[in-house]
Amino acid sequence: MKIQEADAKSLLLAQGLPVPGWEVVRSAGDARRAAERAFEAGAVKVVVKAQVLVGGRGKAGGVKVAGDADAVEAAAAAILALQIKGIQVRKLLVGPAAEIVREYYLGAILDRVSRRIVVMASAEGGVEIEEVARVNPAAIHRLGAHPHLGLLDWQARQLAFAVGLGGPHLREFAKIAEGLVATMLVNDADLVEINPLAVVRETGPDGMAVERLACLDAKITLDDSALARHPELEALRDLDEEDPADREAREEGINFIKLDGSIGCMVNGAGLAMTTMDLVKRAGGEPANFLDIGGGARADKVAAAMRIILADPQVKAILVNIFGGITRGDEVARGLIEARAVQAREVPMVVRIVGTNASEAGALLEANHFATASSLDDAAAKAVAVAGPAR
Amino acid sequence: MSILVGRDTRLVVQGITGREGDFHSRATLEYGTPIVAGVTPNKGGQRALDGRVPVFDTVAEAVRETGANTSCIYVPASGAPDAVLEAAAAGIATIFCITEGIPALDMLKVVEVVRAAGARLIGPNCPGATSPGRAKVGIIPGSIHREGGAGVVSRSGTLTYEAVQVMTDAGIGQSTCVGIGGDPIIGTTFLDVLRLFAADPETDAIVLIGEIGGSAEEEAAAWATEHLQGVPMAAFIAGRTAPEGRRMGHAGAIISGGSGTAASKIAALEAAGIRVAASPMEIPAILRAAGYQG
Repeated sequence: MKIQEADAKSLLLAQGLPVPGWEVVRSAGDARRAAERAFEAGAVKVVVKAQVLVGGRGKAGGVKVAGDADAVEAAAAAILALQIKGIQVRKLLVGPAAEIVREYYLGAILDRVSRRIVVMASAEGGVEIEEVARVNPAAIHRLGAHPHLGLLDWQARQLAFAVGLGGPHLREFAKIAEGLVATMLVNDADLVEINPLAVVRETGPDGMAVERLACLDAKITLDDSALARHPELEALRDLDEEDPADREAREEGINFIKLDGSIGCMVNGAGLAMTTMDLVKRAGGEPANFLDIGGGARADKVAAAMRIILADPQVKAILVNIFGGITRGDEVARGLIEARAVQAREVPMVVRIVGTNASEAGALLEANHFATASSLDDAAAKAVAVAGPAR
Repeated sequence: MSILVGRDTRLVVQGITGREGDFHSRATLEYGTPIVAGVTPNKGGQRALDGRVPVFDTVAEAVRETGANTSCIYVPASGAPDAVLEAAAAGIATIFCITEGIPALDMLKVVEVVRAAGARLIGPNCPGATSPGRAKVGIIPGSIHREGGAGVVSRSGTLTYEAVQVMTDAGIGQSTCVGIGGDPIIGTTFLDVLRLFAADPETDAIVLIGEIGGSAEEEAAAWATEHLQGVPMAAFIAGRTAPEGRRMGHAGAIISGGSGTAASKIAALEAAGIRVAASPMEIPAILRAAGYQG
């Protein structure tokens, strides 16, 4: 699960990382008042950032810096009017803009190849790390944290020296790197990124300029499988950005991802569900969704899946592809019959059920006049044929 | 000979008295695989599966009393990591974890301990393994198999069943079919299984079924170039049409930062001389075209 920047910053703060203050607001007026408070506290400039769960906010005009309250209000109004990658901006982060001396990248990911938490640091911060990885992979320094011991002090120092943060910032950097891994472990995150981690210039209490490290942006992805043991993190789910169909699917325990095509797919098993989409495409159609009803699904779950698929007005045909192992074919067939009796609109359906109790399923489907298919390829071709030509 | 499971498999089922454990253990017994013990804490002394299997409180006791050498875990996600660690501590050599939804950081720690104990973990979130005619551990339906020489390794469940069924229908039998699991952190990788197949005198062809996410297929392809020349192989990769940044059901099936795409995996496999089927139905023809006679 992705969480918003402001929430990610709270999690970093909880591990003792240096994060400049901020407020989250939902209107230009509130942005103005938050900015006034920041200016009063001594900020020279204020940053306004769209809170959306998609990347590329900066390029889309979702981040602006302003020098007075009027300009902040105008910037906030402009950003709240934006849709970024199809997501309406509803919330803004407002806080003092840092005076940046130099930007770095610091991130931790779950690396499946080495089966370690890999900590990555680069002196090329502030830009997309994928871009750095593509153009100049040697600029990214990585090392693996021990699964039981975490990131060791010497490892953190090694990274600091690698990115040129030895000297006055060595201790600071090591503490941040260790806090980054702690953030990951404490919250069961599979990604924690600080980009940029920056050396910022501030005015000390004596009026002299001081330089220190600060986490200016944060991105955290949480492990969905661990949310059950972190109810406080589940509460960070941004329901504003969740489609109603996605919500229903999540609540029903159905894996669902909406796509742009016209052929709704209902499948058991994630690998087979992806394959079914691929075969629809290969047969000349476009899949409307990825949908995995999971193992052992019963009639009511099948009915819920049907509702979710039909809620998409673009769906012109439905392909049901079930290979019964734990899932019993006759249960699925019964679910389909029940669902069809109450469904909101009529669309052609092609059903393929093989494996456990397939013959009972076949008899039920035949008695209820469902169009059936025997092989994978045949099922995809028939679904594409009944859906009509792709857009 | 087959790999991972075979005639010398002596199985202990952890979580045998649960709904899943009971259901799938019955099918395992029907397939002729000896389940020598079950383990459910505080149910030691009872008998499971209509009295056919003794239940113990601990895995150590089950090993001591029955000589169990392989474990299959159906314990729910909250207790499954501990179940794996208990099996490893008790000296179980091969541990299958069927359980889905285990937090990845838990597995990170578990895999490290299992490695140090010298045990092998398959999964989690995997369907298990079958060596047709010899033994079946896990939830793969026994009916889809045929005895033969083709090894099958896959990250999926039902997709594997499709591929195996198509092979069986075409008269191509299997030495062992292994589902390694769809999670990002798993105990045994494609490459590990390829090494086992390469060393198995009874496996004379290999089918590799991958999906988007990670780079395990690319690594396997690179290794195959060096070590599996002359072995008839076929592959299938699910997720050609998957969008970037979305987790496709399996926690491990996600394209991120442009890596882990089906295109990259297909290119790596084809570069290694392994033909990639556009549909699982093409797998038998590809094996035949690669010279497979079995």
